[in-house]
Amino acid sequence: MRKTLLESLTHGSLTEPAPAPDASALAELAAKVDRAAQARLGRSLAIREVDAGSCNGCELEIHALSNAFYDVERFGLRFVASPRHADVLLVTGPVTRNMRQALERTYNATPDPKWVVAVGGCAIDGGIFRGSYACVGGVSETIPVDLHIKGCPPSPTDLLRGLLALLEHVSAKR
Amino acid sequence: MGILDSIPHVHAVPSHRPWPRAVVTEAGWQAAIDRLVEGGLTLLGFWGEPTAVHMAMLDGSSAEIAVVTYACPAGTFPSVASRHPPALRLERTIHDLFGLVPDAADDLRPDLRPWLDHDAWGRSYPLSGRNASRDAQPYRFLPAEGEALHQVAVGPVHAGIIEPGHFRFSANGEHVVRLEQWLGYTHKGIESLMQGADLEAAAKLANRTSGDSAVAYAFAFARAAEAALDIQVPRRANYLRALMAELERLANHFGDIGAICNDASFALMHAQTGILRERTLRAADIAFGHRLMMDVVVPGGVARDIAPDGLPALRMLLAEINKVFPRLIELYDNTASLQDRTVTTGVVKADYVRQFGAGGYVGRASGRDFDARRTLAYAPYDHLSFEVPVLDMGDVNARVWIRIREVEQSVELIAQILGLMEPGEIRTAPPAGRGGCEGLALTEAFRGDVLAWLRLDGELRVERCHLRDASWFQWPLLETAIEGNIIADFPLCNKSFNCSYSGADL
Repeated sequence: MRKTLLESLTHGSLTEPAPAPDASALAELAAKVDRAAQARLGRSLAIREVDAGSCNGCELEIHALSNAFYDVERFGLRFVASPRHADVLLVTGPVTRNMRQALERTYNATPDPKWVVAVGGCAIDGGIFRGSYACVGGVSETIPVDLHIKGCPPSPTDLLRGLLALLEHVSAKR
Repeated sequence: MGILDSIPHVHAVPSHRPWPRAVVTEAGWQAAIDRLVEGGLTLLGFWGEPTAVHMAMLDGSSAEIAVVTYACPAGTFPSVASRHPPALRLERTIHDLFGLVPDAADDLRPDLRPWLDHDAWGRSYPLSGRNASRDAQPYRFLPAEGEALHQVAVGPVHAGIIEPGHFRFSANGEHVVRLEQWLGYTHKGIESLMQGADLEAAAKLANRTSGDSAVAYAFAFARAAEAALDIQVPRRANYLRALMAELERLANHFGDIGAICNDASFALMHAQTGILRERTLRAADIAFGHRLMMDVVVPGGVARDIAPDGLPALRMLLAEINKVFPRLIELYDNTASLQDRTVTTGVVKADYVRQFGAGGYVGRASGRDFDARRTLAYAPYDHLSFEVPVLDMGDVNARVWIRIREVEQSVELIAQILGLMEPGEIRTAPPAGRGGCEGLALTEAFRGDVLAWLRLDGELRVERCHLRDASWFQWPLLETAIEGNIIADFPLCNKSFNCSYSGADL
């Protein structure tokens, strides 16, 4: 174990420079985010992930954000265990009817100010599951959404771009 | 002797490939259940149609599969679950989706509590084709009675970045007396979306049945379609499929090994395997243009060949794994505080994995020597040499070791495939206008065997498709594994199973 630990200290870092924030995401946010609310947050966001019926592909890539290459915590982005601790809900999936109530309750349990980021093609409009008796459709049909991140699933870089856009926007308006 | 020789049947369906499907009467249906109860056959799948139910069964000793079909125009069928518990959730699902009612003697009354139906769809029996409504009642968990018992309700929204499901623990102090799962939260109606879809759209749905097993599902779906259409896939396409399947296995096993250790608070392993997982996904992205390799395996072959810089990327990946992974194995093996958490925790009994036909590391860690790649030897695994690790401790530790050994085998397999692949065609076009035909296929995903069954109409559209994840037969065993363990060890046990919610909720 000692060798592995020492090597981690002496070898260069794997963590890659941050990608530029997504310009279209910034524009989307500029139109939506409430100016007054932003003053209350530092350059730090607590994120609660909610799987509203995804195929679990998006979860895999959201997980990857925490690995040594992307290391989201360096930007002040943290995944938290409860919506009570969260500033941001990161929602995936076509919102199955069986998850709709749980999603609403999670949203209501999140204190203001809060943002909702819909992740992946399903979360935007139901994706390939649209039209099923068991799916509501996009996340915005159930709770208000501030930002969409496209992709099936979006790569960790896509996710990082979107989240950085959110972070930049929040801190720029302080 | 074939499976159907011992099961009286009316007739065999001619267009079902590669294994037979036979229509049976009640006597045949009961005879099939007898064979399951005795343990001579293993239940592989159990699914419905508006007026019929089908059971796929495996004879492990002869590697033979057969499907029996019971027509139920009156809407009832003899219950399988009341005699053979592994069928229970599948039977409840058939009732939820098709409204068919399992029938049994009064003393064996079948469990008809809803499974996927959470009374949120706005309709009952969505695939039955009729407008019936069901009496909705609050879900009733099984009772656990005793002094000082308390309940802990977890989910559907969990604390980690994982899929939704509900766990109801009955505990005495720290010790779990009973765990009952209630899933179905991610039910997307995949079987209904499949109906009428063309092959391309249906393959996309198959890819997204459980995203972590996209390749395995696409592979199973494609092989079922190819069996139905009776077409051969070019040799190179088969190798490319296996290459992707093994990359997918590597990525998932790396993720799981790290995550299990992380649930025992050993973050170092998680960080290191996270690096290997990321490197695997990046190599997959370079080689096949998508990190999870979705939509590359298609009926008839593969949609794209490996990119020119894919080969060096894969060779570099293998070199890196060979350099780093042995040290991580040593780290796992020599960290006593970690072993203290994993050894003897969450034991799954060998009898249960046999009875349930549990696949993947859950079965193989408890002595069930089954791997679809070897037992059924589908192409190209019939031309590759590899070992199937089997252990019999059945604890979290054994499930970690199965994964470790499988990583080593997958690395070997990828090296073999890279050596054997020759230039050539990568796709066979599906024949136009072949009449109604049916196919069945099994592939080995990282967590166990995936079954795909489908019926195509004359215009190559899916008339009916059923996909069965390995998790169906693993989830119930997690309920048994946690019994007598402490609640604090549940995340560890759960992660060592890593069952799919989406794959089993459909």
